[in-house]
Amino acid sequence: MTDDKIAVALRGITKRFPGVIANDSVDLELREGEIHTLLGENGAGKSTLMNVLTGIYRPDAGSISVFGRTVQLKTPKDAIDLGIGMVHQSFKLVPTHTVTENIVLGLGRGFSRVKLDEAQARVATLSKQYGVKVDPNALVWQLSIGEQQRVEILKILFRGAKILLLDEPTAVLTPQESEELFHTLRSMREQGHSIVFISHKLDEVMTISDRITVLRGGKNVGTVLVQDTNPQDLSHLMVGREIKFATFPKKESRGEQVLEVEGVDALNTRGLPALKGVTFSVAAGEILGLAGVAGNGQQELAQVITGLQRPTAGTVRVQGADMRGKRARHFIDAGVSYVPADRHGVATVGDMSLSHNSVLRRYREPKFGKGPLLNFNAAIGYARRLIKEFNISTPGHATPVRSLSGGNLQKVILAREMTTRHHLLVVMSATRGLDVGATEFVRKTLNDHRHQGGSIVLISEDLEELLSLSDRIAVIFHGEIMGIVDAETARIESLGLMMAGQRLSEVA
Amino acid sequence: MEASPLVLVVAVLQAAVRSGTPILFVCIGEIYAERSGVLNVGLEGLMLVGAIAGFSVGYSVGNPVVGVIAAAIAGALFSLIHAYVTITLRADQIVSGLTLTILGTGISGFFGKPMIGQVGPGFDQIAIPGLSSIPILGQVLFRQDAMVYLSYLLVPIAWWVMYKTHLGLAIRSVGENPATADSLGVSVTKVRYGCVLFGGAMAGLGGAYLSLAYTTMWIEQMSGGRGWITLALVIFAAWNPARAMLGAYLFGGADALQLRVQAVGIEIPTYFLMMLPYVLTITILVLASRASMRRRIGAPAALGLPYAREER
Repeated sequence: MTDDKIAVALRGITKRFPGVIANDSVDLELREGEIHTLLGENGAGKSTLMNVLTGIYRPDAGSISVFGRTVQLKTPKDAIDLGIGMVHQSFKLVPTHTVTENIVLGLGRGFSRVKLDEAQARVATLSKQYGVKVDPNALVWQLSIGEQQRVEILKILFRGAKILLLDEPTAVLTPQESEELFHTLRSMREQGHSIVFISHKLDEVMTISDRITVLRGGKNVGTVLVQDTNPQDLSHLMVGREIKFATFPKKESRGEQVLEVEGVDALNTRGLPALKGVTFSVAAGEILGLAGVAGNGQQELAQVITGLQRPTAGTVRVQGADMRGKRARHFIDAGVSYVPADRHGVATVGDMSLSHNSVLRRYREPKFGKGPLLNFNAAIGYARRLIKEFNISTPGHATPVRSLSGGNLQKVILAREMTTRHHLLVVMSATRGLDVGATEFVRKTLNDHRHQGGSIVLISEDLEELLSLSDRIAVIFHGEIMGIVDAETARIESLGLMMAGQRLSEVA
Repeated sequence: MEASPLVLVVAVLQAAVRSGTPILFVCIGEIYAERSGVLNVGLEGLMLVGAIAGFSVGYSVGNPVVGVIAAAIAGALFSLIHAYVTITLRADQIVSGLTLTILGTGISGFFGKPMIGQVGPGFDQIAIPGLSSIPILGQVLFRQDAMVYLSYLLVPIAWWVMYKTHLGLAIRSVGENPATADSLGVSVTKVRYGCVLFGGAMAGLGGAYLSLAYTTMWIEQMSGGRGWITLALVIFAAWNPARAMLGAYLFGGADALQLRVQAVGIEIPTYFLMMLPYVLTITILVLASRASMRRRIGAPAALGLPYAREER
């Protein structure tokens, strides 16, 4: 390789955050006109490296050269000027602005007029050139996640970027939307763009990449050509050991219906319909998976079946009892537990100790207090037991939960919520952001719960997780259940089509 | 002597514009600050600083225009405290703003002591040839002083900059999603400083209107809660400079009306009449906050939130 074909060269990039080294002397070479995948587990340092390359973080050591020139990236503007653009995992869009306004933001100075007409025409040309479909006049908050991602891509192309970084772009897409994205990426490669693609999904990495660099624990542990590798080798490099995707045996016999949801409608926080006529049921000893692209009513559904939000129509029955007009506390008393997606904001109180957090669900019980007084010793004893049982690694029961890692925090939440048997567990995005070890632990815990006769509503965007754990899978789209299928016989393609809005009858 | 009803209405409307103008200045400035994500509840203090700075400079130079310029500069400088504390140090915006009000009240009282009882220069009413002879409307809008005309110019300019220019797009984006603006090379810090200082200058102008045009003297705490009312009007205006005009005159109208009713001597206790503008403010807030309204006109999403880039 001669030097002039290298688009970006990173040498010895090191970036420290308080207590962690996110990037440890990382080298990376991006050739012109290639799709280069950055593979690694959560926390391996992929996003940090890309943030260094876009000028958001400043590295503590190392050098960056772009098209053969050594550069200093002090601000995002420097990166943009060099033709580097990034599609972040959480989109950087202003929801209340139009697509075009978002695209031209930051391009003009001061009191000059925004020439929206010209910009719109250029956006239209670009979307045709690269096959990126989006309405330039739409308001961003009205767009689907897939469309918002296209706006991000157009934003970068509009700035004439030659180097595109995409941080886990497929995490929020349906399989079909991912296909469309890959189509766009290939067409960009043909037109000479260099692309860094971040992912931890091995199958799609094998499909789209030219070369693959694996990061582990902040270090580059190898760069390989796609034709010289296979998913097994990659996973080995990524995790540092063989991973076996555990399969979970389903329970043969199911019990009585624990949760029955019938014709439920509900509104979202904007006051718009979020659930429309949702009907399903979960039996004892069953895991019902709920698949769907984020933001299709999962949050509202979880809140309705845990009593945090009242449906505007329909009924929810827990163990046969109509829960109409009941509050979250009644749901708790009826044996409903909730592991929300937002571990810091909803599930725990960050500044409170582990022991206090662990009794949040049960502090009213006589064993934890008398009248208005709490028995802190009982709480501490209880927390110690949970720490042991769930193998939570923490300095002690008095540690504020804010300082726990994601995996340990999730263990605290699970431990608290799984106190009684034969009850209903509502779990949302249970393993998101967890490392492999913690993920395995959580999945095993959920499986055990089923085998002890408990019921679970498992809400997840991870189809593999749903397929391996669930007995049945329901797919939600725009607040409606598109269909419920048996996990044993479900095909990933039909699930994908249902996630994109087709009914079971149409895809079967 | 009984005035004809029409003459009375015209007089009230004319007074409404006069009474609404100081609020209009402050409101436009605060809209810019809040659009950039910085809430400044120190408007009351800023107005007082503007009022005393405008009056004392205008009084000693003998020229109200110089006074107005001084008031704008004083307002901007005083709001620099708020900008530094909330943008650079990322402290709580409410606390900083409250401090500004208390500090402004104290400083203006201190420097205003020798000015009490003095009569300063003021702005004369100028009838605009032609326009002022339009029936009713000409009387109401075009027999006013120079600062009112300045506010007429300011509203469309503020609207145009906000919605039609790159600067406006940058301001609105910084207030909605600073991380996005930052990632596209817009300096969140510069935009916010600029907007807060502009807001301070406008609040200074609003204060100066009170001491150089509405009256021509300095009275302690002469802002009389107008700074607070402006905060409510910003919400009523849905952060839109054009709608601010409507809100300001509505409040001005209530103010003018209560003064007029007092003067006529209708037998309602004066305290109830004096409440009228404030009752109106609360009513507007209640209406503006109704769920159905909120969906349509949201506050800037990052309002009140400090921004730091390298956080994780």
